Amino acid sequence: MPDETKPVSSDDAVDRRKFFAKLGLGSLTIAAAGTAAFAYQFLEPNVLYEPSPVVNAGKPDRYPLDSVTLDVNSGIYIIHSQEGYFSLSAVCTHLGCLTAWKPELNLIACPCHGSKFERDGKKIEGPAPRPLPWKRIWLNDDGDLLVDRSTDVPPLQRDSFVRV
Amino acid sequence: MAITKTIDQYFDDLRSTRVWRSVFRSGTGSSTLHRALAIQQNVFLHLFSTKVRARMLGFSATWYLGTLTLGTFLILVATGIPLMFYYHPSAPQAYADTKDLQFVVSSGLFLRNLHRWSAHAMVFLVFAHMFKVFYRGAYRTPREFNWVIGIVLLLITLLLSYTGYLLPWDQLAYWAITVGSNIASAVPVMGNKIHFMLLGGNAVNANALLRFYVLHCMILPLTAMFFVAIHFWRIRKDGGLYSHASEPATLRTNAAGSDTAAKEAQ
Repeated sequence: MPDETKPVSSDDAVDRRKFFAKLGLGSLTIAAAGTAAFAYQFLEPNVLYEPSPVVNAGKPDRYPLDSVTLDVNSGIYIIHSQEGYFSLSAVCTHLGCLTAWKPELNLIACPCHGSKFERDGKKIEGPAPRPLPWKRIWLNDDGDLLVDRSTDVPPLQRDSFVRV
Repeated sequence: MAITKTIDQYFDDLRSTRVWRSVFRSGTGSSTLHRALAIQQNVFLHLFSTKVRARMLGFSATWYLGTLTLGTFLILVATGIPLMFYYHPSAPQAYADTKDLQFVVSSGLFLRNLHRWSAHAMVFLVFAHMFKVFYRGAYRTPREFNWVIGIVLLLITLLLSYTGYLLPWDQLAYWAITVGSNIASAVPVMGNKIHFMLLGGNAVNANALLRFYVLHCMILPLTAMFFVAIHFWRIRKDGGLYSHASEPATLRTNAAGSDTAAKEAQ
Protein backbone atom coordinates (compact mmCIF):
# COMPACT_ATOMS: atom_id res chain seq x y z
CA MET A 1 0.00 0.00 0.00
CA PRO A 2 1.45 3.37 -0.93
CA ASP A 3 2.34 5.70 1.85
CA GLU A 4 -0.44 8.28 1.64
CA THR A 5 0.52 10.13 4.77
CA LYS A 6 3.88 11.25 3.41
CA PRO A 7 3.50 14.73 1.97
CA VAL A 8 4.39 15.03 -1.65
CA SER A 9 7.62 16.95 -1.88
CA SER A 10 7.40 19.92 -4.20
CA ASP A 11 10.95 19.09 -5.35
CA ASP A 12 9.70 15.75 -6.73
CA ALA A 13 7.20 17.44 -9.06
CA VAL A 14 9.80 19.87 -10.31
CA ASP A 15 12.28 17.05 -10.82
CA ARG A 16 9.81 15.11 -12.90
CA ARG A 17 9.08 18.18 -14.97
CA LYS A 18 12.79 18.85 -15.39
CA PHE A 19 13.29 15.21 -16.34
CA PHE A 20 10.75 15.42 -19.14
CA ALA A 21 12.12 18.77 -20.27
CA LYS A 22 15.59 17.26 -20.47
CA LEU A 23 14.25 14.19 -22.22
CA GLY A 24 12.52 16.41 -24.78
CA LEU A 25 15.54 18.66 -25.31
CA GLY A 26 17.81 15.63 -25.53
CA SER A 27 15.60 14.04 -28.19
CA LEU A 28 15.52 17.27 -30.15
CA THR A 29 19.32 17.55 -29.93
CA ILE A 30 19.75 14.00 -31.22
CA ALA A 31 17.23 14.68 -33.99
CA ALA A 32 19.05 17.91 -34.91
CA ALA A 33 22.40 16.09 -35.02
CA GLY A 34 20.84 13.39 -37.18
CA THR A 35 19.38 16.01 -39.51
CA ALA A 36 22.75 17.72 -39.79
CA ALA A 37 24.46 14.40 -40.62
CA PHE A 38 21.68 13.60 -43.10
CA ALA A 39 22.03 17.01 -44.77
CA TYR A 40 25.82 16.70 -44.97
CA GLN A 41 25.64 13.25 -46.54
CA PHE A 42 22.93 14.36 -48.94
CA LEU A 43 24.95 17.36 -50.12
CA GLU A 44 28.13 15.33 -50.61
CA PRO A 45 27.86 13.72 -54.06
CA ASN A 46 28.54 9.98 -54.12
CA VAL A 47 28.91 9.73 -57.88
CA LEU A 48 30.77 12.31 -59.93
CA TYR A 49 30.41 12.61 -63.67
CA GLU A 50 33.79 14.26 -64.05
CA PRO A 51 36.33 13.44 -66.77
CA SER A 52 38.72 10.60 -66.04
CA PRO A 53 42.02 11.69 -64.49
CA VAL A 54 43.86 9.52 -67.04
CA VAL A 55 44.45 11.39 -70.31
CA ASN A 56 45.60 9.95 -73.61
CA ALA A 57 48.19 12.37 -75.00
CA GLY A 58 48.65 10.53 -78.29
CA LYS A 59 51.79 9.28 -80.00
CA PRO A 60 55.13 10.57 -78.67
CA ASP A 61 56.27 11.69 -82.13
CA ARG A 62 53.63 14.44 -82.01
CA TYR A 63 55.95 16.27 -79.62
CA PRO A 64 59.23 17.51 -81.17
CA LEU A 65 62.39 17.54 -79.09
CA ASP A 66 62.62 20.50 -76.64
CA SER A 67 58.94 21.34 -77.08
CA VAL A 68 56.38 22.26 -74.43
CA THR A 69 52.81 21.44 -75.43
CA LEU A 70 49.76 22.51 -73.47
CA ASP A 71 46.52 20.55 -73.65
CA VAL A 72 43.94 23.12 -72.54
CA ASN A 73 41.15 20.58 -72.08
CA SER A 74 43.03 18.36 -69.65
CA GLY A 75 45.24 21.08 -68.14
CA ILE A 76 48.60 19.33 -68.59
CA TYR A 77 51.86 20.00 -70.38
CA ILE A 78 53.67 17.30 -72.35
CA ILE A 79 57.33 18.23 -72.46
CA HIS A 80 59.84 16.46 -74.67
CA SER A 81 63.23 17.13 -73.13
CA GLN A 82 66.65 15.64 -73.74
CA GLU A 83 66.07 13.25 -70.79
CA GLY A 84 62.73 12.08 -72.22
CA TYR A 85 59.04 12.89 -72.05
CA PHE A 86 57.48 14.19 -68.88
CA SER A 87 54.16 15.71 -67.92
CA LEU A 88 53.47 18.76 -65.81
CA SER A 89 50.22 20.04 -64.38
CA ALA A 90 49.24 23.29 -66.10
CA VAL A 91 47.01 24.32 -63.16
CA CYS A 92 48.65 27.08 -61.15
CA THR A 93 49.33 26.07 -57.55
CA HIS A 94 48.21 29.51 -56.38
CA LEU A 95 44.46 29.66 -57.14
CA GLY A 96 43.92 27.15 -59.91
CA CYS A 97 44.15 29.20 -63.09
CA LEU A 98 45.40 27.61 -66.30
CA THR A 99 49.00 28.63 -67.01
CA ALA A 100 50.46 29.09 -70.48
CA TRP A 101 53.85 28.33 -72.08
CA LYS A 102 55.60 31.46 -73.30
CA PRO A 103 58.12 30.28 -75.91
CA GLU A 104 59.61 33.77 -76.37
CA LEU A 105 60.45 33.97 -72.66
CA ASN A 106 61.16 30.26 -72.27
CA LEU A 107 58.94 30.01 -69.20
CA ILE A 108 55.44 29.09 -67.99
CA ALA A 109 53.32 32.04 -66.86
CA CYS A 110 49.98 32.31 -65.08
CA PRO A 111 47.65 35.01 -66.45
CA CYS A 112 45.77 35.54 -63.16
CA HIS A 113 48.32 36.73 -60.62
CA GLY A 114 51.63 36.64 -62.48
CA SER A 115 53.30 33.48 -61.17
CA LYS A 116 56.13 32.24 -63.40
CA PHE A 117 57.61 28.76 -63.60
CA GLU A 118 60.50 27.10 -65.36
CA ARG A 119 59.96 24.32 -67.86
CA ASP A 120 60.49 21.69 -65.13
CA GLY A 121 57.80 23.31 -62.91
CA LYS A 122 60.18 25.16 -60.58
CA LYS A 123 58.77 28.49 -59.45
CA ILE A 124 60.61 31.59 -60.62
CA GLU A 125 58.42 34.30 -59.08
CA GLY A 126 54.89 35.19 -58.07
CA PRO A 127 52.41 34.15 -55.37
CA ALA A 128 52.34 30.42 -56.21
CA PRO A 129 53.23 28.50 -53.03
CA ARG A 130 54.53 25.35 -54.75
CA PRO A 131 56.16 24.32 -58.03
CA LEU A 132 53.92 22.86 -60.74
CA PRO A 133 53.63 19.16 -59.88
CA TRP A 134 54.89 16.43 -62.19
CA LYS A 135 52.30 13.84 -63.24
CA ARG A 136 52.75 10.14 -63.81
CA ILE A 137 53.33 9.42 -67.51
CA TRP A 138 53.74 6.08 -69.30
CA LEU A 139 53.34 4.36 -72.66
CA ASN A 140 50.43 2.02 -73.18
CA ASP A 141 50.45 -1.08 -75.40
CA ASP A 142 49.37 0.95 -78.44
CA GLY A 143 52.36 3.24 -78.04
CA ASP A 144 50.28 6.20 -76.78
CA LEU A 145 51.43 8.46 -73.99
CA LEU A 146 49.08 8.28 -71.00
CA VAL A 147 49.09 10.78 -68.12
CA ASP A 148 47.45 10.22 -64.76
CA ARG A 149 46.48 13.69 -63.50
CA SER A 150 45.61 12.36 -60.05
CA THR A 151 49.11 11.01 -59.33
CA ASP A 152 52.09 13.26 -58.63
CA VAL A 153 55.61 11.96 -59.19
CA PRO A 154 58.88 13.43 -57.87
CA PRO A 155 60.35 15.93 -60.35
CA LEU A 156 63.50 15.20 -62.36
CA GLN A 157 63.68 11.59 -61.15
CA ARG A 158 64.66 8.89 -63.62
CA ASP A 159 61.28 7.15 -63.24
CA SER A 160 59.35 10.35 -63.86
CA PHE A 161 60.41 10.42 -67.52
CA VAL A 162 59.29 8.27 -70.43
CA ARG A 163 61.98 7.39 -72.94
CA VAL A 164 60.99 6.14 -76.35
CA MET B 1 -25.62 69.59 -50.25
CA ALA B 2 -22.47 69.43 -52.36
CA ILE B 3 -23.02 68.14 -55.85
CA THR B 4 -19.40 67.39 -56.64
CA LYS B 5 -17.10 65.41 -54.42
CA THR B 6 -13.40 65.98 -54.06
CA ILE B 7 -10.96 63.13 -54.63
CA ASP B 8 -10.30 63.08 -50.90
CA GLN B 9 -14.00 62.50 -50.28
CA TYR B 10 -14.01 59.57 -52.67
CA PHE B 11 -11.08 58.10 -50.79
CA ASP B 12 -12.87 58.66 -47.50
CA ASP B 13 -15.90 56.81 -48.87
CA LEU B 14 -13.67 53.96 -50.01
CA ARG B 15 -12.00 53.77 -46.61
CA SER B 16 -15.31 53.52 -44.84
CA THR B 17 -16.55 50.56 -46.92
CA ARG B 18 -16.92 47.24 -45.18
CA VAL B 19 -14.34 45.53 -47.40
CA TRP B 20 -11.72 48.21 -46.76
CA ARG B 21 -12.39 48.10 -43.03
CA SER B 22 -12.01 44.33 -43.02
CA VAL B 23 -8.51 44.68 -44.50
CA PHE B 24 -7.29 47.87 -42.80
CA ARG B 25 -8.60 47.97 -39.27
CA SER B 26 -7.03 51.21 -38.09
CA GLY B 27 -10.03 53.20 -39.33
CA THR B 28 -10.30 56.59 -40.94
CA GLY B 29 -9.12 59.82 -39.47
CA SER B 30 -5.93 61.79 -39.22
CA SER B 31 -5.51 61.81 -35.46
CA THR B 32 -2.16 60.77 -34.00
CA LEU B 33 -3.77 57.57 -32.79
CA HIS B 34 -5.11 56.65 -36.22
CA ARG B 35 -1.81 57.36 -37.87
CA ALA B 36 0.03 55.32 -35.28
CA LEU B 37 -2.43 52.44 -35.70
CA ALA B 38 -2.00 52.54 -39.49
CA ILE B 39 1.69 51.71 -38.96
CA GLN B 40 1.30 49.38 -36.03
CA GLN B 41 -1.47 47.25 -37.56
CA ASN B 42 0.18 46.72 -40.94
CA VAL B 43 2.22 43.52 -41.20
CA PHE B 44 4.87 45.21 -43.34
CA LEU B 45 5.03 48.52 -41.48
CA HIS B 46 4.72 47.24 -37.91
CA LEU B 47 8.45 46.49 -37.91
CA PHE B 48 9.06 50.23 -37.95
CA SER B 49 8.58 52.82 -35.27
CA THR B 50 5.09 54.35 -35.14
CA LYS B 51 6.64 57.75 -34.49
CA VAL B 52 9.85 59.24 -35.84
CA ARG B 53 11.45 62.62 -35.26
CA ALA B 54 11.05 64.70 -38.44
CA ARG B 55 14.78 65.54 -38.28
CA MET B 56 15.64 61.83 -38.56
CA LEU B 57 13.71 61.56 -41.82
CA GLY B 58 15.86 64.31 -43.37
CA PHE B 59 18.54 63.43 -45.85
CA SER B 60 21.51 64.32 -43.69
CA ALA B 61 20.68 61.91 -40.85
CA THR B 62 21.05 58.69 -42.86
CA TRP B 63 21.58 59.73 -46.49
CA TYR B 64 18.79 57.13 -46.99
CA LEU B 65 21.50 54.51 -47.58
CA GLY B 66 19.63 51.66 -45.84
CA THR B 67 16.41 52.41 -47.70
CA LEU B 68 18.28 52.66 -51.01
CA THR B 69 19.91 49.29 -50.30
CA LEU B 70 16.45 47.79 -49.74
CA GLY B 71 15.37 49.45 -52.99
CA THR B 72 18.17 47.78 -54.96
CA PHE B 73 17.36 44.46 -53.27
CA LEU B 74 13.71 44.74 -54.36
CA ILE B 75 14.81 45.62 -57.92
CA LEU B 76 17.06 42.54 -57.88
CA VAL B 77 14.16 40.32 -56.81
CA ALA B 78 11.82 41.88 -59.36
CA THR B 79 14.33 41.49 -62.23
CA GLY B 80 15.83 38.19 -61.10
CA ILE B 81 12.56 36.25 -61.08
CA PRO B 82 11.73 37.04 -64.76
CA LEU B 83 15.30 36.13 -65.74
CA MET B 84 14.73 32.67 -64.20
CA PHE B 85 12.01 31.96 -66.79
CA TYR B 86 14.60 31.86 -69.59
CA TYR B 87 17.60 30.43 -67.74
CA HIS B 88 18.50 26.73 -67.42
CA PRO B 89 21.17 26.17 -64.78
CA SER B 90 22.93 23.46 -66.79
CA ALA B 91 26.21 23.34 -68.68
CA PRO B 92 26.60 24.47 -71.41
CA GLN B 93 22.96 25.59 -71.85
CA ALA B 94 23.39 28.38 -69.29
CA TYR B 95 25.74 30.29 -71.60
CA ALA B 96 23.34 30.00 -74.54
CA ASP B 97 20.45 31.16 -72.34
CA THR B 98 22.44 34.16 -71.18
CA LYS B 99 23.13 35.06 -74.79
CA ASP B 100 19.44 34.60 -75.62
CA LEU B 101 18.52 36.93 -72.78
CA GLN B 102 21.04 39.40 -74.14
CA PHE B 103 20.06 39.28 -77.82
CA VAL B 104 16.77 37.45 -78.41
CA VAL B 105 14.33 37.78 -75.50
CA SER B 106 12.18 40.92 -75.52
CA SER B 107 13.41 43.26 -72.79
CA GLY B 108 15.86 40.53 -71.74
CA LEU B 109 18.76 42.90 -72.21
CA PHE B 110 17.03 45.52 -70.08
CA LEU B 111 16.19 43.10 -67.28
CA ARG B 112 19.63 41.50 -67.23
CA ASN B 113 21.43 44.83 -67.25
CA LEU B 114 19.13 46.22 -64.57
CA HIS B 115 19.85 43.13 -62.48
CA ARG B 116 23.58 43.53 -62.98
CA TRP B 117 23.74 47.27 -62.31
CA SER B 118 21.51 46.95 -59.26
CA ALA B 119 23.79 44.23 -57.94
CA HIS B 120 26.78 46.55 -58.27
CA ALA B 121 24.78 49.38 -56.70
CA MET B 122 23.69 47.19 -53.80
CA VAL B 123 27.27 46.22 -52.93
CA PHE B 124 28.29 49.88 -53.10
CA LEU B 125 25.30 51.02 -51.01
CA VAL B 126 25.81 48.32 -48.38
CA PHE B 127 29.39 49.52 -47.87
CA ALA B 128 28.31 53.17 -47.91
CA HIS B 129 25.61 52.34 -45.33
CA MET B 130 28.20 50.63 -43.15
CA PHE B 131 30.58 53.60 -43.29
CA LYS B 132 27.76 56.08 -42.59
CA VAL B 133 26.63 54.06 -39.56
CA PHE B 134 30.24 53.79 -38.40
CA TYR B 135 31.13 57.48 -38.68
CA ARG B 136 27.73 58.53 -37.30
CA GLY B 137 28.44 56.30 -34.27
CA ALA B 138 25.12 54.51 -34.77
CA TYR B 139 26.66 51.15 -33.88
CA ARG B 140 26.99 52.17 -30.21
CA THR B 141 24.87 50.90 -27.32
CA PRO B 142 22.06 49.82 -27.56
CA ARG B 143 22.59 48.96 -31.23
CA GLU B 144 25.59 46.65 -31.13
CA PHE B 145 23.47 43.67 -32.11
CA ASN B 146 21.99 45.43 -35.12
CA TRP B 147 25.54 46.20 -36.25
CA VAL B 148 26.26 42.45 -36.11
CA ILE B 149 23.09 41.73 -38.13
CA GLY B 150 24.35 44.33 -40.60
CA ILE B 151 27.67 42.49 -40.95
CA VAL B 152 25.76 39.26 -41.64
CA LEU B 153 23.78 41.10 -44.32
CA LEU B 154 27.02 42.46 -45.80
CA LEU B 155 28.36 38.91 -46.09
CA ILE B 156 25.10 37.66 -47.63
CA THR B 157 25.25 40.52 -50.15
CA LEU B 158 28.80 39.58 -51.14
CA LEU B 159 27.85 35.88 -51.39
CA LEU B 160 24.86 36.79 -53.59
CA SER B 161 27.22 38.76 -55.82
CA TYR B 162 29.70 35.89 -55.93
CA THR B 163 27.15 33.15 -56.68
CA GLY B 164 25.51 35.28 -59.36
CA TYR B 165 28.87 35.75 -61.04
CA LEU B 166 29.04 32.09 -62.12
CA LEU B 167 25.59 31.93 -63.70
CA PRO B 168 26.44 33.38 -67.18
CA TRP B 169 28.82 30.39 -67.50
CA ASP B 170 31.38 32.29 -69.59
CA GLN B 171 35.17 32.38 -69.27
CA LEU B 172 35.08 35.25 -66.78
CA ALA B 173 32.59 33.40 -64.59
CA TYR B 174 34.44 30.08 -64.81
CA TRP B 175 37.83 31.44 -63.79
CA ALA B 176 36.46 33.82 -61.18
CA ILE B 177 34.74 30.93 -59.42
CA THR B 178 37.78 28.68 -59.90
CA VAL B 179 39.93 31.28 -58.15
CA GLY B 180 37.28 32.11 -55.53
CA SER B 181 36.60 28.50 -54.60
CA ASN B 182 40.33 27.80 -54.37
CA ILE B 183 40.55 30.59 -51.81
CA ALA B 184 38.05 28.56 -49.75
CA SER B 185 40.50 25.63 -49.89
CA ALA B 186 42.94 27.73 -47.87
CA VAL B 187 40.78 27.24 -44.76
CA PRO B 188 42.83 25.14 -42.30
CA VAL B 189 42.05 21.42 -41.96
CA MET B 190 38.65 21.41 -43.70
CA GLY B 191 39.49 23.69 -46.65
CA ASN B 192 39.46 20.96 -49.29
CA LYS B 193 36.20 19.58 -47.91
CA ILE B 194 34.57 23.04 -48.08
CA HIS B 195 35.83 23.38 -51.65
CA PHE B 196 34.37 19.98 -52.56
CA MET B 197 31.01 20.65 -50.91
CA LEU B 198 30.71 24.16 -52.37
CA LEU B 199 31.32 22.94 -55.92
CA GLY B 200 29.70 19.53 -55.54
CA GLY B 201 32.83 18.07 -57.12
CA ASN B 202 36.53 18.63 -57.63
CA ALA B 203 36.27 21.31 -60.29
CA VAL B 204 33.87 24.04 -61.43
CA ASN B 205 31.38 21.92 -63.33
CA ALA B 206 27.67 21.29 -63.89
CA ASN B 207 27.21 20.47 -60.19
CA ALA B 208 28.85 23.73 -59.15
CA LEU B 209 26.61 25.70 -61.53
CA LEU B 210 23.48 24.11 -60.09
CA ARG B 211 24.61 24.64 -56.49
CA PHE B 212 25.42 28.28 -57.12
CA TYR B 213 22.06 28.71 -58.84
CA VAL B 214 20.12 27.30 -55.87
CA LEU B 215 22.18 29.40 -53.46
CA HIS B 216 21.73 32.52 -55.59
CA CYS B 217 17.99 32.20 -56.25
CA MET B 218 16.65 30.52 -53.12
CA ILE B 219 18.85 30.09 -50.06
CA LEU B 220 20.70 33.41 -49.97
CA PRO B 221 17.71 35.68 -50.83
CA LEU B 222 15.52 33.97 -48.22
CA THR B 223 18.28 34.24 -45.63
CA ALA B 224 18.73 37.90 -46.55
CA MET B 225 14.99 38.60 -46.13
CA PHE B 226 15.02 36.90 -42.72
CA PHE B 227 17.91 39.04 -41.50
CA VAL B 228 16.54 42.22 -43.12
CA ALA B 229 13.32 41.74 -41.13
CA ILE B 230 15.31 41.48 -37.90
CA HIS B 231 17.47 44.44 -38.98
CA PHE B 232 14.42 46.71 -39.42
CA TRP B 233 12.63 45.48 -36.32
CA ARG B 234 15.73 46.13 -34.22
CA ILE B 235 15.76 49.81 -35.30
CA ARG B 236 12.49 50.26 -33.43
CA LYS B 237 13.50 48.03 -30.55
CA ASP B 238 16.79 49.91 -30.10
CA GLY B 239 15.10 53.29 -29.81
CA GLY B 240 14.42 54.37 -33.39
CA LEU B 241 16.71 55.99 -35.91
CA TYR B 242 18.02 58.30 -33.21
CA SER B 243 18.80 57.10 -29.74
CA HIS B 244 20.03 59.51 -27.10
CA ALA B 245 21.59 56.61 -25.24
CA SER B 246 23.84 55.89 -28.20
CA GLU B 247 25.55 59.29 -28.04
CA PRO B 248 29.00 59.28 -26.42
CA ALA B 249 29.03 59.96 -22.67
CA THR B 250 30.77 63.34 -23.14
CA LEU B 251 28.04 64.55 -25.47
CA ARG B 252 25.35 63.36 -23.10
CA THR B 253 26.81 65.18 -20.09
CA ASN B 254 27.30 68.34 -22.13
CA ALA B 255 23.65 68.34 -23.20
CA ALA B 256 22.42 71.01 -20.81
CA GLY B 257 18.96 70.87 -19.29
CA SER B 258 18.38 67.25 -20.15
CA ASP B 259 17.19 65.20 -17.20
CA THR B 260 18.23 61.93 -18.73
CA ALA B 261 21.66 63.28 -19.52
CA ALA B 262 22.13 64.43 -15.95
CA LYS B 263 20.87 61.10 -14.65
CA GLU B 264 23.06 59.02 -16.89
CA ALA B 265 26.11 61.07 -16.14
CA GLN B 266 26.01 60.01 -12.48
